[in-house]
Amino acid sequence: MSVLVDKNTRLVIQGLGSAGKFHTATMVEYGTQVVAAAHPGKGGTQWEGIPLFDTVAEAVAETGADTSCIFVPAPGAADAILEAAAAGIRLAVCITEGIPTLDMLKVNHALRGTSTRLIGPNCPGIITPGQVKVGIMPAPVHRPGRVGVLSRSGTLTYEAVDQLSRLGIGQSTCIGLGGDPIKGLDFIDGLELFEEDAGTDGVVMIGEIGGQAEEDAAAWIEANTTKPVVAFIAGRTAPPGRRMGHAGAIISGGKGTANEKIKVLRAAGIRVAESPADIGVTMQKALKNRKG
Amino acid sequence: MKIHEYQAKEIFSRYGVKVPRGRVAESADEVEQISSQLGQAVVVKAQIHAGGRGKGGGVKVVDGSAAARAAAQAMLGRPLVTHQTGPGGQVVRRVLVEEGLKIKSELYAGMVVDRETARVTLILSSEGGMEIEEVARTHPEKILREPVDPLTGLMPHQVRRLAFGLGLFKPQVQAATVFLSGMYRAFVELDASLVEINPLVVTGDGELVALDAKMNFDDNALFRHPEVVELRDLDEEEPAEVEASKFDLSYIRLDGNIGCMVNGAGLAMATMDIIKLCGDEPANFLDVGGGTDAKRVKAAFKIILSDKNVKAILVNIFGGIVRCDVIAEGVVEAVREVGIQVPLVVRLQGTLVERGREILAGSGLNVISADSMQDAALAVVREAQKAK
Repeated sequence: MSVLVDKNTRLVIQGLGSAGKFHTATMVEYGTQVVAAAHPGKGGTQWEGIPLFDTVAEAVAETGADTSCIFVPAPGAADAILEAAAAGIRLAVCITEGIPTLDMLKVNHALRGTSTRLIGPNCPGIITPGQVKVGIMPAPVHRPGRVGVLSRSGTLTYEAVDQLSRLGIGQSTCIGLGGDPIKGLDFIDGLELFEEDAGTDGVVMIGEIGGQAEEDAAAWIEANTTKPVVAFIAGRTAPPGRRMGHAGAIISGGKGTANEKIKVLRAAGIRVAESPADIGVTMQKALKNRKG
Repeated sequence: MKIHEYQAKEIFSRYGVKVPRGRVAESADEVEQISSQLGQAVVVKAQIHAGGRGKGGGVKVVDGSAAARAAAQAMLGRPLVTHQTGPGGQVVRRVLVEEGLKIKSELYAGMVVDRETARVTLILSSEGGMEIEEVARTHPEKILREPVDPLTGLMPHQVRRLAFGLGLFKPQVQAATVFLSGMYRAFVELDASLVEINPLVVTGDGELVALDAKMNFDDNALFRHPEVVELRDLDEEEPAEVEASKFDLSYIRLDGNIGCMVNGAGLAMATMDIIKLCGDEPANFLDVGGGTDAKRVKAAFKIILSDKNVKAILVNIFGGIVRCDVIAEGVVEAVREVGIQVPLVVRLQGTLVERGREILAGSGLNVISADSMQDAALAVVREAQKAK
């Protein structure tokens, strides 16, 4: 079992530049059904056996694509997300980094009331190990299993997944939510999906400084979650007022500190790993307790 | 990106937001000339990006052009220390000279993007002149918020609610509409990330005037605002951070002894955190990013080493897009070329990790290799302690 994507996912790629091509090849290699790519002006041709279409709408009509993976550069990325939505794509996964915040603000409002879900932007994507990879994460660190992963980070997620896999704890689905202040899927959406998924026994959530998504998630978990949740929050040593790489990772006006988030999560009964090296073992303990 | 007060005021004034009459100056002569045109009471304000200028002695209300000249002379070319500059202060290169106003009351007006509602949100308070965070802590009831629908923009009824809520009178509500609508248009048209007018003053004549102005911009949107990019003042930024930005490296200098080079912002923060947990302090945040090659690794080492407090360096790479062999080659090249005199701990994991470790082992360089993040952090802290 899994959430949002599985072996039946039919993927269209938007933005087949050099990065798009490189990662598309790794997705195909993993077994993902990449059924189309949208490339304005190249409709009717092929790349590596993948049919190209001028628009996402045509790609959907011709191939039955239901999910899109977006590599379109930042200036055109908001348009690409909305093109996917207009074409009836169920899940749009936007990898692109550096999209203006006010563009994402408009996208966020435009998507309300549509049936399109957005993951990202500025994220590694989503993977259901053993079935399908939609994104740029290194596939070999993952293994199929029953723990869900939600994260605002990229490489820190790989680190956490690697720890889980080495302990023999596989993953149902891993979702990179992205490092931007305004994004699609958030922790609560992901927690809700994993709570409903019979194939998920527990959830690892990796947060960081900035905003209050972790605090909101803590309240939601306390009220709704029956499965163990383990968290790690990056940035306890981050200085206030500085943007730490991610546009969303900034402590402003004394709000959004890691210590505050950890305090709120713990108060809601969530196990928070003290060290980034202990994310895997903290989940291992949580699962053992649940069984015992 | 940040800009100076005088630049923010020039922008606001184009959008119909009233600001005091005045001009920026770089010499005492200019200050004297400008102030003689403005009238008797003038204000001389040091132009640096850091806040807290008033308390630091960077804002002087003076009487007459000779006094203005003297005030400017005391500021220009000298460092101004505020709670935001650090102990060394920031050298004042320009001052803003403005007319003095008769102030009846001081308000606060700010705009930010609220993540949870995904809306530009207007924040107003009757407590102008104080830090808004302080007001939020002590008098949360004195803060009014109004989220703006991106479809409609700021609506008159929202301005009325805010204006009457602040205790303004009806004639001022019209002025508030012009003022706040101008602020909102400047925010969305120029892709700002923060606008703050503190204080926004009500003058003796009942006018609303931006006595101070702060405007920050969304770095991600600068590509479509070349006119905003021109306002960047490199003198106000940490030289090592300016250098890093040339190589697309995200670098922030901190106070500790352990230099860090990491791929990915989240892992970079987590690496700083684990150094602290192991008993030392990070010297910097550094994300080498996704498409790293040997050239960027070299640049990153040079920037880390430009900080003389660095006693040891930790390289922590989880290869995804980045291949460990490419990083390893970059490290070897950089060590040979830059000549690193401090202990170097390298932890590689992920894509082509075996090949990367072979390259390091075969290089004959004195590089301490670690398998896990924990081992790497312990090793680098131990090396730094030895070096102290």
